[in-house]
Amino acid sequence: MFGKLTWAAVPLDQPIPLVAGCVAFGIVGGIAVYVVLKGWAPYLWREWITSVDHKHIGVMYIFLAMVMLLRGFTDAIMMRSQQALAFRAPGYLPPEHYDQIFSAHGTLMILFVAMPFMIGLINIVVPLQLGVRDVAFPTLNSVSFWLTATGALLINLSLVIGEFARTGWLPYPPLSELDYSPGVGVDYYLWSLQISGVGTLLTGVNFVTTILKIRAPGMTYMRMPIFCWTALASSLLIVAAFPILTATLAMLLLDRYLGFHFFTNEAGGNPMMFMNLIWAWGHPEVYILVLPAFGVFSEVVSTLSRKPLFGYRSMVAATMAICVLAFMVWLHHFFTMGAGANVNAFFAITTMIIAVPAGVKVFNWLFTMYGGRIRYAPPMLWSIGFLVTFVIGGMTGVLLSVPPADFVLHNSLFLVAHFHNVIIGGVLFGAFAGYTFWFPKAFGFRLEESLGRAAFWCWFLGFYLAFMPLYVLGFMGMTRRMQHYDVPEWHPWLLLAAAGAAVILAGIGLQIAQLVVSFRHREQLRDTTGDPWNGRSLEWSTSSPPPAFNFAVLPRIEGGDAYWETKQRALRQLVLADEPAYADIELPRNSATGFVCAFFATFLGFALIWHIWWLAAVSFLGAFATFVAFAWRDRTDYRVSADEVARIDRENRSARRAALAQLGATE
Amino acid sequence: MSTAQEAARGDDPYIIGVGRRSHAGLPRFEHAERTLASKRVISAYGFWIFLLSDIIMFSAFFAAYAVLSGQTAGGPSGKDLFDITRVALQTACLLLSSFACGVASIGARARNDAMYYGGMTATALLGAAFLLLEIREFSGLIAQGAGPTRSAFLSSFFALVGCHGLHVTLGLLWLLTMMAQVFAKGYRADIMRRVLCFALFWHTLDIIWVGIFTVVYLMGLAR
Repeated sequence: MFGKLTWAAVPLDQPIPLVAGCVAFGIVGGIAVYVVLKGWAPYLWREWITSVDHKHIGVMYIFLAMVMLLRGFTDAIMMRSQQALAFRAPGYLPPEHYDQIFSAHGTLMILFVAMPFMIGLINIVVPLQLGVRDVAFPTLNSVSFWLTATGALLINLSLVIGEFARTGWLPYPPLSELDYSPGVGVDYYLWSLQISGVGTLLTGVNFVTTILKIRAPGMTYMRMPIFCWTALASSLLIVAAFPILTATLAMLLLDRYLGFHFFTNEAGGNPMMFMNLIWAWGHPEVYILVLPAFGVFSEVVSTLSRKPLFGYRSMVAATMAICVLAFMVWLHHFFTMGAGANVNAFFAITTMIIAVPAGVKVFNWLFTMYGGRIRYAPPMLWSIGFLVTFVIGGMTGVLLSVPPADFVLHNSLFLVAHFHNVIIGGVLFGAFAGYTFWFPKAFGFRLEESLGRAAFWCWFLGFYLAFMPLYVLGFMGMTRRMQHYDVPEWHPWLLLAAAGAAVILAGIGLQIAQLVVSFRHREQLRDTTGDPWNGRSLEWSTSSPPPAFNFAVLPRIEGGDAYWETKQRALRQLVLADEPAYADIELPRNSATGFVCAFFATFLGFALIWHIWWLAAVSFLGAFATFVAFAWRDRTDYRVSADEVARIDRENRSARRAALAQLGATE
Repeated sequence: MSTAQEAARGDDPYIIGVGRRSHAGLPRFEHAERTLASKRVISAYGFWIFLLSDIIMFSAFFAAYAVLSGQTAGGPSGKDLFDITRVALQTACLLLSSFACGVASIGARARNDAMYYGGMTATALLGAAFLLLEIREFSGLIAQGAGPTRSAFLSSFFALVGCHGLHVTLGLLWLLTMMAQVFAKGYRADIMRRVLCFALFWHTLDIIWVGIFTVVYLMGLAR
């Protein structure tokens, strides 16, 4: 009846995951009860859960990313403290639990923190920057989000029911085959990624279509803000790379569930094929994450230096070059696995070449800042912190791309330091830069700045404290994923790294405090004009938060930095452009399809993990029925009347007129 | 309002490499028409992008087959197992079903019920015949001890061909849904877009089958 699921699946003998899981689910359940008791559930259902508005979906993505960041960071703290304690001692985490922690940490941070954060920013910003009302497929967008949330839920469910994978963030066979990992851990990993991978793929399809087919009149490719270009490159990479992940994980699933021999040691299986296939996805995945971050920095550096981006065309060329080269470097992840000197040399050279467009970007940002009037607000601090940190991470990457050096440093803590250097310094700093930059646009009030600065400095210093020692440890020969060790020289460096993690923890605490303080003082921090940073692109031309239809009238674009020109004209003449002729606007209706579909997908994933076949069949039919019900509805749009559009737009215009009048009075 | 004041000082002196500006009074709107596409174009284009990603997924299975096709582990190879007559029959079924699907598309556009339902029914029957032949092939192989667990070659064969078969199965499910939708709702614009996407899907399965037919069966028999 319940497949492999028995009461033994609840890890009563392991108090740490059980208590942590119960606390986490208790908090989530408590919040849910509180929301219902307060009578907020209908609001939540109407405005968020069933919303197909790209801005709301983007906010939910980022919320998911932040919650998962807390979970992933808890894992990080546990690993750092375990290694600080485990010098000639067992520490407090037994090996089988420690292995689950580093596997969950990597999986969560890459796929459920970095990915949703970037996709969330893309969701909120890209349609606004393109000057349009929504993405190409709004309901599909909601489905994508909820499938990602399903994946996150399944991974966290493994805390209290069963176990998580002990195979690292990429489950290398033959270790991940049934013979060596007979538990459900790897299955949790595989089904979570399969389900959320479908969501990510659909997001990629959605944004490729949006950016290539839906732009405001006059928004030609070379007038698009760089963030749109990087979102396009990232979406193209998603469309090209995620199917490889789906296929590879499907092969491993077939091995595990039906006794196939793709990656087994016996019957002609080829474990090395898994390495090639998974990294043919895995390396582009790195660029899927970092390219939108590059876009964020481009917007932030240009806006807060009050200059147009230096070398726009070279920035576009560099972005697209990275997009293509991303598929030509995967083998550098396993130089040591015996592909031979010539093959290694080829991939070493392509890896070094990909540093060139990245370098072009760095110089473009520097020259954008050069001669600018820089405002050191938190987004700019994250950007400058990124520039310094990312250059170091890039250089250690080029070092690792030299095969002889890689043979020495492979699987050492030097590698761990390198990829945290680029992913924290690049992706996460980019995510936080974007979060602080666009927060006023999404919510209508600014984030408190002094706490933001303090949070930045804690993260920045904590990062260096936590990861620079790992470079040293790598040179000292310490390999990654060690549960305990007995080399006395390593111990002080690991204590230092643990202290760094504590400083980062303070940074996270300050970020939470910043959010709470900003929310409580939201009236003082209110962004009345919709343009808090003196912005250059179209998202700043509408109110904060934007109305459901984004723009009362679609803007007509006549050049790069589309909003800057319009604003300059208004500032010169101290009058707004004439009121446009308003018309009715059709918007897509809310839909519960995404949520209901993800509800069934959760049960489908759970049933497949535990071999409960009848439940899997029922869930699949439920998901199919949901889609048919969605396809059967007759009214897909609702209409906002011209009067209503005019009323909303006049509010925005009067706020801007007041700002202009104030400006005229001071001159 | 210090920021706005600073901005008021005039144009930026640093405009380098940003997309070219319009000439005064002559807005460059030549691409404007192309920037906002119709719903039909958006749906079909988006679905094509999805199909491309599906083709990439198949390419991973093709790559795995190419790597593992010689790894028979002492068991039978393709030459010992494949029945060229059945494969030819399967190919004929699928190609004819694509033709029938094209007829159905024209019927839908012409609002011709007989053509639409007739074409769709023929597509469904031919697709089902294809599937039946495939199931018989698979069950025959398993019965003679050449199932997917026998060797890495057979694993990759079953996965690649089975994945295509799974797509055909889901396509049939979609096909029946589309027949029911047109029956219930008529040739509405949004339903016509779905019919278009379904046709794209069905033709793509043909393209993939041509790859399987060549790489798996013909090259397997010629080995």
